[in-house]
Amino acid sequence: MFYREAGQFKTNYKDDQAVFPILQDRLAIGLFLIVAFVAIPYFGNDFFINSMMIPFLIFSLAAIGLNILTGYTGQISLGTGAFMGVGAYSCYKMTSIFPDVNIIILIVGSGCFSAVIGMIFGLPSLRIKGFYLVVTTLAAQFFLEWCFITIGWLYNYNDSGAIEVPQREMFGIIVTGASATPVTRYLVVLSIVVVMTWVASNIIRGRIGRAWMMIRDMDIAAELMGVRPLQAKISAFAVSSFYAGVAGAMMVFLWLGAAEVESFDVNHSFLILFMVVLGGLGSLLGSFMGAAFITLLPIVLGAIPGILGLHINAAALEHVKFMIIGALIIFFLIMEPHGLARLWAIGKQKLRVWPFPY
Amino acid sequence: MFKKLILGATAMAMVGGMQIQTASAEEVLYVPSLSYRTGAYAGGGTPIANGFADYMNMLNARDGGIGGLKVVVEECETGYTAQKGVECYEATKGKGALVYNPYSTGITLQLIPKAPVDKIPVLSMGYGLSAAAVGETFPWTFNYPATYWSQMSSILKFIDSQDGGIKGKKIGYIYLVSGYGKEPIPLLENLAKTMGFEVVQFPVAGKEMQNQSSQWLNVRKEKPDWMIMWGWGAMNATAVKEAAKIRFPMDHFIGNWWAGANADLDPVGKAGTGYRSANMAAAGTDFPALQDVIKHVVSKGKSQIEDPTKVGDVLYNRGLFNAVLVAEGIATAQKIAGKANISGSDMRDGLEALDLSAARLKELGLEGFTAPIKGSCKDHAGGGSIFLQQWDGENWKRTSDLIAPQTDLVRPLLEAAAAKYVSDKPEWKTQTCK
Repeated sequence: MFYREAGQFKTNYKDDQAVFPILQDRLAIGLFLIVAFVAIPYFGNDFFINSMMIPFLIFSLAAIGLNILTGYTGQISLGTGAFMGVGAYSCYKMTSIFPDVNIIILIVGSGCFSAVIGMIFGLPSLRIKGFYLVVTTLAAQFFLEWCFITIGWLYNYNDSGAIEVPQREMFGIIVTGASATPVTRYLVVLSIVVVMTWVASNIIRGRIGRAWMMIRDMDIAAELMGVRPLQAKISAFAVSSFYAGVAGAMMVFLWLGAAEVESFDVNHSFLILFMVVLGGLGSLLGSFMGAAFITLLPIVLGAIPGILGLHINAAALEHVKFMIIGALIIFFLIMEPHGLARLWAIGKQKLRVWPFPY
Repeated sequence: MFKKLILGATAMAMVGGMQIQTASAEEVLYVPSLSYRTGAYAGGGTPIANGFADYMNMLNARDGGIGGLKVVVEECETGYTAQKGVECYEATKGKGALVYNPYSTGITLQLIPKAPVDKIPVLSMGYGLSAAAVGETFPWTFNYPATYWSQMSSILKFIDSQDGGIKGKKIGYIYLVSGYGKEPIPLLENLAKTMGFEVVQFPVAGKEMQNQSSQWLNVRKEKPDWMIMWGWGAMNATAVKEAAKIRFPMDHFIGNWWAGANADLDPVGKAGTGYRSANMAAAGTDFPALQDVIKHVVSKGKSQIEDPTKVGDVLYNRGLFNAVLVAEGIATAQKIAGKANISGSDMRDGLEALDLSAARLKELGLEGFTAPIKGSCKDHAGGGSIFLQQWDGENWKRTSDLIAPQTDLVRPLLEAAAAKYVSDKPEWKTQTCK
């Protein structure tokens, strides 16, 4: 009843192939965008924007990147953290080499470096699959981490070994650095994430995305039908690492403000893999849901005792949070092994036929 | 549609000037404590957090707070990760935080640029960025009682006073490969030239902390006269064990003040006898202030400490020392501002004017607990001296007098490092000192 498509006639191919063919979806997405672009900046306080929304969006983008590789092409990777690092370090280097170039161009451009590195480490995927590929991507993770520590040129030989974000302006507004307001940074992150999600959805719907999915479903059949595995797999690694790289650059430049190599360690690779698995393999919406689950839920859980007026000491709270989230992950994976996105799809189907299910 | 939305939203955002201010705090002295009682380094973080909270609670119970206002210590769990640290910072800064003690070099580096913007000082007690000791360049960051660099210079000075001087000796430097471990290397290389010794480096990667056999094989090959260690967590015990295995003379092995806690040497036990480490605050409970802590807080069960005999441990006392510095900073700030309810920028002035003299230490019931510290506009490290302690197989014993840092050698290097830090930040705000 709420989700009735009856009466929505498609009279040309363009309408039929739209990203959101259903009117209700278009309205919902419009509403979401208005909330994200207008209501949140207007009503959200610094903590909500800086510690909840910005990390959520950045990890969503990283999860989309990994989802392209793992969910759509079927190549499991544990190198996402390091590819984010490549984006961050190359963005840092570029800001010091080209101080006058617009920071947004540098952030998006740093994805290209990460794409190239991703392509190199994606080459083994042509010969090996599954767990063996996981091991080679893990090697990429450790090798790149080692590079970030050992190659002093990458962090301009700072004594601290950390990369620090310089202040950059755009149209007279400070975008990066400590003086940038959370709202400005949020709007920049949001714009980049929205545009890149839209691009990703179109790549996936098109020829390239279909080739990826064919490789995922059965690579020999795909090859027989004319999909070239080299191009398909390497392009998946390139696009995936590009997204991870941009996410990494945003993480340092628009969220943290400074980073050491620990910000790109293997834990982050696992975290993003969990987001993808939990959210739903092969779903863009799932990437957002997974990221929300992993980044927002702990903060919300942590705030509950404070709201109720209970005083629990910080360490105990942390342990309880770990336990609840661990239990919830298991619960959701048992309930719906295909992730939160699938739960939503089922819910949507139910709404469609409500109140007369058949 | 899309474009219009983005444009419209940005335009609204710009016109709106949308800052929802959180309600200002009631009349308390709010001090967030970024603790790490969970994660890989919890063994070090827990006693520090306990010492910090217990001293403040003791002040509340005994004196009714500072200047008549209660001190509220709110712990926020960072797990020693920079991202959680920043999250904690954002969560607590709006509640009227007076000062941040980040307890991690990684978190400190992220807070340094935020401090002048939010007008909340950062006190990184014996960690963080050494260059932050230059008050002209870093008005909002404090490094009391000493920086890593001045600590290193004190250790080298101690070595110079032993066995006929440091000239011509070979010094091995074993360190954790991270910002923390790499920080003193420029100073070490520089002083090697001026003091005339040779440095050999033995890096230990964070993941290889508990497997140092190859490093110590190299130590055996290189035969350094002295070893200096910048280690943390599981690395320390492993290093001391390995040193014992290759029969390195233990009393020629000196750790910095993060490589000399009870938790580090307990697992080593007798084998570590003679190992030295630097420290800035005495261990033990033979101080009136610590007795007060036991009386007012620990024995009443108001402490989070599980084993009351751990009061007075090296790291517990370090957390307590941190609390003393903060409390003194608050008291000084109240005096300068002429009011009890101070703000972050009052606190900055208070920390800068901090004067923890020997007489004042005695007044606080901490005579001989630490070296006197005096801050100034120029010097945000206070020129604190350190002392060495030695492991007797069961506990730490203080074995040296206070060793002053070689300020004349260190200060120019600090200034150069501070200038380098701001060189690519044209917007950085410095202060001029009279």
